Amino acid sequence: MAKLAIHADRGASEDFRFPAHAIDGLAGTSFKHQHITSILEDQAAERGFFEVHAENYMGEGGPPHAALARIRADYPVSLHGVCMSIGGPQPLDKAHLGRFARLIERYEPALVSEHLAWSTHETTYYNDLLPLPYTEATLQRVADHIDEVQETIGRPILIENPSTYLLFRESTMSETAFIRELVGRTGCGLLLDVNNVFVSATNHGFSALDYLADYPLEHVCEIHLAGHTEQEDDEGDLLLIDSHDGPVADAVWTLFDIVIGRCGPLPTLIEWDSAIPDWPVLKAEAIAAQAILDRHAGALLRGKSHARG
Amino acid sequence: MRAARDALCATADDLGYPERLVPALLDPGRATPTVVAGPMGKAADKRFDIYRNNVTVSLIDALAAAFPATMRITGETFFRAMARFYVRETPPTSPLLFEYGRDLPAFIERYEYAQSMPWLADVARIERAWLDAYHAADAPVLSPHALTSFPADALADTVFETHPSAHVVRSAYPAVTIFSVNRDSGPVGRIEAREPESALITRPALDVEVRRLPPGADVFLGNLLSAEPLGSAAAAASAHCPEFDLATAIAVMLEAGAFAAVR
Repeated sequence: MAKLAIHADRGASEDFRFPAHAIDGLAGTSFKHQHITSILEDQAAERGFFEVHAENYMGEGGPPHAALARIRADYPVSLHGVCMSIGGPQPLDKAHLGRFARLIERYEPALVSEHLAWSTHETTYYNDLLPLPYTEATLQRVADHIDEVQETIGRPILIENPSTYLLFRESTMSETAFIRELVGRTGCGLLLDVNNVFVSATNHGFSALDYLADYPLEHVCEIHLAGHTEQEDDEGDLLLIDSHDGPVADAVWTLFDIVIGRCGPLPTLIEWDSAIPDWPVLKAEAIAAQAILDRHAGALLRGKSHARG
Repeated sequence: MRAARDALCATADDLGYPERLVPALLDPGRATPTVVAGPMGKAADKRFDIYRNNVTVSLIDALAAAFPATMRITGETFFRAMARFYVRETPPTSPLLFEYGRDLPAFIERYEYAQSMPWLADVARIERAWLDAYHAADAPVLSPHALTSFPADALADTVFETHPSAHVVRSAYPAVTIFSVNRDSGPVGRIEAREPESALITRPALDVEVRRLPPGADVFLGNLLSAEPLGSAAAAASAHCPEFDLATAIAVMLEAGAFAAVR
């Protein structure tokens, strides 16, 4: 933290803008404060971006804002909301939405995203990404919530597909149909979490490739990759947990390669939120993702030049 | 009409999924909700338990992160068991987890198994104030020389504007010493302190600072933080504590950055 300083003279009312760093085709990582010294020392000509959980920066000031402002000066930042409870039936928390909008105004993130999930019911916050049934009624409610968020923040938001462990008997449509319809009704973009696809496919016995074939890939603006852990369900079969506590699994890398082959190089985040390793380990995952992105970017360029030739 | 009413009811029913899940989320004694299932006719008990586990364990983890000295005193097993009771009794009402645990000190005071550690709640109060100071708004602190420019006869009427990070925690126990030796990872020797210690928590720049206040200064600063003028705050402190020394108290509060401005 030695390199951080508070700029008390830069009031919130001043028109203090960060540089507009491009995020296209870059691999990034979750931003963890214990890494900031390593990141700043590692700065020489590094490509990449950082993603932060919006709620961690909803305090008034202090080290979180000093760290984010420092990182934002040098890198593109993706702002990832975790607890807007967009997937819940009750009205969105206006105070929380206001805080979210102010963060976007303050840090001008390259990407803004939230989850297809709920976490608050009545006044209790459950601190988990809880699942919802996929029905016409929930579709309309979630679409209304996305509209409200997008109107408040004045830009499109990316919605992330969840990892789920159970299904609702009342669901009448597939997750991919639900997400496709959300995009159609709200104009939102998508954050495709490839690990979540793999986790849900394993847990519910469907093919991840079939899911991706049904998924509106043309609306994806960001990719998430993360590690998962293994448990067993009631029948003793494999149940995967979206734990974000280890390296990306080989099967997920393979799916990622397929997705980027179809979509082209999209901003791709390595999520690692617990059992956080030293910076070089996390960075190595991002370098592996960047290599895949660059390989497809090269192929795309060659394809275009062939097409012109 | 009938069809329209049925359609409305069906819609309301479709949106009732949180009510069906939340009673069992924080209560492991309840059965898995019947609205959920595994795929292809599979059971959903272990599947639902993953959400149960995520909710309770992540909230216990949040408390463990916010109250590290408290946990070091009790040991991890004790702390997590206590936190589990607290989470079930008082789940968070804000999505901002750094706001969570305000009632934990009061919970500790009445927690049966913590009765042998009467200072524990005050250590938790210092840690809660530490976290508030950490996230408080940034503001310049009052210069240590700010009072020298004041005419002596005007000092008694001076009112201080509290720095956003400043908190006083009063304790009947040596809470600051116990907090300080347990907050770091270094070895904890025998604690000889017996005197009551009150804490001043501030964050003049980026680092949170916790100080032991000199005798009577807790009453003095508490009054100043409530916007009492300096003269009456000093009189209240002297009445409460004959050893109160005004010059020392002022020096400590200015050094700590307890105030943002003076008027």
